[in-house]
Amino acid sequence: MAVEAPARPAAPAPGRGRGGLRHRLAERGVDRVLLLLVPAVLIIGLLFLYPMLYGVSLSLQPKNGGGPLRNYADFFQDSYQRGTVWKTLKLALPAALINVGASVPIAYRLRGRFRGRRVLTALLVLPVTLGTVLVADGLLRYLGPKGWFNRVLLDLGLVDEPVRLIYNYWGVLFSLIITGFPFAFLLVLSYMSGIDPTLERAAATLGAGPWQRMRRIVLPLLAPGLATTFVLAFVLAFSVFPSANLVGEPAGETRVMAIAAYQAAFEKYDYSMASAIAVLMGVFELLVISVTLLLRGRLYTGPAMGGKGS
Amino acid sequence: MTAVSRPAGLPRVRLPKGRLSGWLVWISVVFFLVNLFALILSVVVNSFGTRWFAGWLPQGFTGAWYSDAWSEFALGDVLTVTLEITLIVVALALLIGVPAGYALARRDFPGKRIVMFLLLLPVLLPPITYGIPLATVLYKVHLAGTMTGVVAANLVPALPFVVLVMTPFVEQIDANVESAARMCGARTRQVFTRVLVPLLLPGILAAGILVLVRTVAMFELTFLVADADSQTLIVALYSAAFTPGIRAAQAIDAMAVIYMALSAVLLIVALMFVNPTQIVAQVREAPAE
Repeated sequence: MAVEAPARPAAPAPGRGRGGLRHRLAERGVDRVLLLLVPAVLIIGLLFLYPMLYGVSLSLQPKNGGGPLRNYADFFQDSYQRGTVWKTLKLALPAALINVGASVPIAYRLRGRFRGRRVLTALLVLPVTLGTVLVADGLLRYLGPKGWFNRVLLDLGLVDEPVRLIYNYWGVLFSLIITGFPFAFLLVLSYMSGIDPTLERAAATLGAGPWQRMRRIVLPLLAPGLATTFVLAFVLAFSVFPSANLVGEPAGETRVMAIAAYQAAFEKYDYSMASAIAVLMGVFELLVISVTLLLRGRLYTGPAMGGKGS
Repeated sequence: MTAVSRPAGLPRVRLPKGRLSGWLVWISVVFFLVNLFALILSVVVNSFGTRWFAGWLPQGFTGAWYSDAWSEFALGDVLTVTLEITLIVVALALLIGVPAGYALARRDFPGKRIVMFLLLLPVLLPPITYGIPLATVLYKVHLAGTMTGVVAANLVPALPFVVLVMTPFVEQIDANVESAARMCGARTRQVFTRVLVPLLLPGILAAGILVLVRTVAMFELTFLVADADSQTLIVALYSAAFTPGIRAAQAIDAMAVIYMALSAVLLIVALMFVNPTQIVAQVREAPAE
């Protein structure tokens, strides 16, 4: 009875005994061990796949009728709604690029062993635990017109009046960088540590300077990892809900897709439209991810550690 | 587990220095850290300040905002709820995720790629994307606003995360160890409790702590499905911060500091058990599938 749950259409021809079937299935890797997988798949199916499919079908049944694609048409015809796509990408893409881009030189400097490496790594990783809400709250205090940052600029005579850094695009971008950088940095650092240091030393022996080593050895080996990091950093930056609301200008410049979806669902109670926006969010995000992974496929993807285990 | 293998004889070098680009990197790191520290400090200072209109520091210091925040936001209840939800999520994610990770690591079966993809999707999609349909479904079955609903929502990213972390972990344990145990007469349960779990313990701990940290910080999902009685600390903090003017800013900051202290404790505990660069090295192998 245990075997029947994962049985596939590809099961062998009839006429054999149960033992034979069990044996054949086991040869294909289907046996009782797979039962361990069932609860996890059930839960994800029930709590993730079903709601997603339900959401898609709901998005095709507009509240006020008018054809299945009405919600999507409405979304793209209304410039206030359509604009959220661009606003989201305008925040998420630069944030992900900055986070990954800044991580490379820092991780490059940190990959060797030196005193204080652990402490410095821990310090750079610390903001991971701060969470978006806390960072947003802190940014309001720190970058506000009376905050310390503006005070320093004023006292130094760099500016005549406080710089406006909150309740607009910049505040949200800063919050995305603070919360996203540690994560990107951790990933890049781990990829960087995975590159066999002897490769670089070999290049140095052959007369390559530091810049050449970076460009010809480290970056090509790192590129696939950077693509993965970019994808994950982008995912993180793409759902900028709390910070866009708290430090941004949620009615204007930083009205991202998440806000539009939330408003549709919990302020207008139009779950159909909200699902449509959520679906579009997923589509746009997966689009960026696929482009990145497509580009990644063209890069070198072989092993980056020559001497593992030896 | 070790992603790096350095020649043992490599001397410990000191901070690389001297070159201009190197200095630029260090200066930017210091700039980032100083600003970050000041950001955190300004929240802490404000939470202890009496009034802070202008000037570098508040006019006076007091601890009263903490007792205010504690009673006004019912932080005792919120903390209890946060703790309960997080621990239940961690326990369930481990209980279901570790065996699933084991099955995925040990068996190659038709449709494995589909299962892997299904498990990868919740990690790749932003929480809001599946959070809104999930919240809609949970409202329909009247689970939204209950602890069960919040736990269910938080399981969606937590469970795949555990599976994806555990799969490479299991892969590096020699299957012969299990065969040997079976040869010696161990039953499946015994293989698990006596052989696998002790060997997997570092991975289980790491995955559990990371899920713990993530669940405490998970805002979107909890926010979408929780109500006043089932919200976690971060959602309570957001609600307080998003309706300014009603409560004193200092009390909100006091709450933020409490949240920060909780996070810091979790981070320290996490760092005691997990080498951050290596756990990510484990995770990264999953998306490469």
